Amino acid sequence: MPLGGDGGAPYLRIEGVTKRFAGHAAVNNVSLDIGRGEFFALLGPSGCGKTTLLRMLAGFERPDAGAILIDGQDMAQVPPYLRPVNMMFQSYALFPHMTVASNVGFGLRQDKRPKDEIATRVSKVLDLVHMGRHAQRKPGQLSGGERQRVALARALVKEPKLLLLDEPMAALDRKLREETRFELVRIQNRVGITFIMVTHDQEEAMTTASRVAVMQSGNIVQVGTPREVYEQPATRFVADFIGAVNLFDGKVVEARDGAVSVIVEGLDVPIQAQGAPLAAGTAVSLAIRPEKIVLTAAKPEGASNLVQGVVREIAYRGDLSTYRIDLPSQKAVRATVPNIDRLAGPAVEVGQQAWLSWSVSAPVVLTQ
Amino acid sequence: MREGRAGRRAVIAIPYLWLLLFFMVPFAIVLKISFAETALGIPPFTPLIGPDDDGKTSLLASLANYRLIGDDFLYLRAYLNSLKFAAGATVCCLLIGYPLAYGIARAPRAWRGLLLMLVILPFWTSYLIRVYAWIGLLKGNGIINNLLIWAGLIGDPLPLLNNAFAVYLGLTYSYLPYMILPLYAQLEKLDPTLLEAAADLGCPPSRAFWNVTLPLSLPGIAAGCLLVFIPMVGEFVIPDLLGGPDTLMIGKVLWDEFFTNRDWPVASALAVSMLVLVVIPMALLRKHLGGGEAR
Ligand SMILES: Nc1ncnc2c1ncn2[C@@H]1O[C@H](COP(=O)(O)OP(=O)(O)OP(=O)(O)O)[C@@H](O)[C@H]1O
Ligand SMILES: [Mg+2]
Repeated sequence: MPLGGDGGAPYLRIEGVTKRFAGHAAVNNVSLDIGRGEFFALLGPSGCGKTTLLRMLAGFERPDAGAILIDGQDMAQVPPYLRPVNMMFQSYALFPHMTVASNVGFGLRQDKRPKDEIATRVSKVLDLVHMGRHAQRKPGQLSGGERQRVALARALVKEPKLLLLDEPMAALDRKLREETRFELVRIQNRVGITFIMVTHDQEEAMTTASRVAVMQSGNIVQVGTPREVYEQPATRFVADFIGAVNLFDGKVVEARDGAVSVIVEGLDVPIQAQGAPLAAGTAVSLAIRPEKIVLTAAKPEGASNLVQGVVREIAYRGDLSTYRIDLPSQKAVRATVPNIDRLAGPAVEVGQQAWLSWSVSAPVVLTQ
Repeated sequence: MREGRAGRRAVIAIPYLWLLLFFMVPFAIVLKISFAETALGIPPFTPLIGPDDDGKTSLLASLANYRLIGDDFLYLRAYLNSLKFAAGATVCCLLIGYPLAYGIARAPRAWRGLLLMLVILPFWTSYLIRVYAWIGLLKGNGIINNLLIWAGLIGDPLPLLNNAFAVYLGLTYSYLPYMILPLYAQLEKLDPTLLEAAADLGCPPSRAFWNVTLPLSLPGIAAGCLLVFIPMVGEFVIPDLLGGPDTLMIGKVLWDEFFTNRDWPVASALAVSMLVLVVIPMALLRKHLGGGEAR
């Protein structure tokens, strides 16, 4: 299932959408298909156009070019209040003159739902975000995280076909965030809502989304499952943006079937990597994830890639430790070691020499 | 630390001293005169403390002036008339001022300064001259009537001047900027994403106005209405110049008592009762509105 949902025609189709502000393209020729019931995450650095893209889907900005189709229907002439879309705003946009409960019930009142149905649905969704106690407060009397939860509840309560969440959990603490994430996935499974979520938290995107898109200055540079994006980043930017990575710039010196040797500045031996056949002399970047580097005190036998360096820093992170190792060329390399291994094997301490090795499948060869 | 506190006290104290000196003291004098009786001479009223009928020095306060105001129907009618005109013109100001203020607040940022400037522009001309100008416009052979006759729309001139219509018009015209400015200040603060949020939740723009914009502009409406209503009640120039015999307002009566009848005590009593009847309920209302709004 390429779309992660129920297959078939995509629920949301974005075709070559462009939005310019004062000549500068905030969203540039973006095309995306999102399936029904999919949990889609948008990732990208600040200012890359994520909010602008969502605002076009909700109908607050008119695309300068391209089309947006929801369930096969062109949205160009459909005003925001008639779209089957609810958006949670990055700035929350809670109505300051209404209580939490009437904020959340606002959308249901617009649909003229019966009073008691509104009351039960509002209190249910408020309990979901742990805001039931504060139902009668005004937004001005809430903390930032509480306001965010109310905004989330207000977007959720109508159970729209398409829900747009602009950084829905940025102000929540870790525990609440995990809980909310779990609830979102549950709601999605139960009601079959299609989610598009903007987030800066990669872990959030990786664990909840069925697919992620990475944006860079208005363009979508890669779309795929979290695993694909992490394991096979399409560009140097994606590799660098998603997760920690060691990047080596170099040139292909030799290419055999399915494998390349890349000479990297500062290393005297070429790095062996798997990858598409490339002509010798092609400039490439190699991306190696820190957890794919094996760190040993003694020289390992038969490793295909092996370098030596000095441990400069060890950061303890609970389940893992991150080592910073300086190569002879002064280039810093990061390696993570599960602490269970670290405590079992011979210790490598700060200031000591250590051996770094990795398999031929560890580096990803990037040409752009 | 200590110095800072003293400085803060001084900052608060100076305007209060100003108010005390130039508002409370004159008001106390007016209050004092209102308990006196008229007398021929300078000043034209009896002292409050002096020899009584038995020759003893005592307080000579009398409530006779207030009793007179209460008994004479003229004063009550003028007072009710003032309230009626002020209320009607306040509603007119609100109905005209709200769309204007809304339009300015929603105009492109570069335009707003200019549009506000146009609202304040009439202040560059003397208030009195502007009211006089209306006479030229409204009178029987004035510009408006002549224009209508010339266009063949009417045969005889319309009675536009020296009636209630002219007073409403003059009041609305003169006080409109005082309504627009606080409304604009309030509407400009309104976050446009709130309207987007309303639309997103299925609320068309017309309904969003009643559900979001209007409730959030209530403080501005209250401020604007108070700002125009209170001075309108005491307005004297407009009913005098544009009004007729049946548009008597309390400000005009006060003026006549003071300058025509030279009855300072009755004029003072009128001023005091006007303050009590208008300002105090307004102040209470304002406090109530201010307290009801969550910050
Ligand atoms: N109304 C606007 N007028 C002019 N420029 C705008 C407007 N809205 C957004 N932009 C610009 O468009 C670009 C994309 O903005 P957008 O809000 O979509 O970024 P974002 O990816 O959501 O960033 P963040 O992660 O910081 O929220 C930015 O450079 C921004 O300055
Ligand atoms: Mg944003």
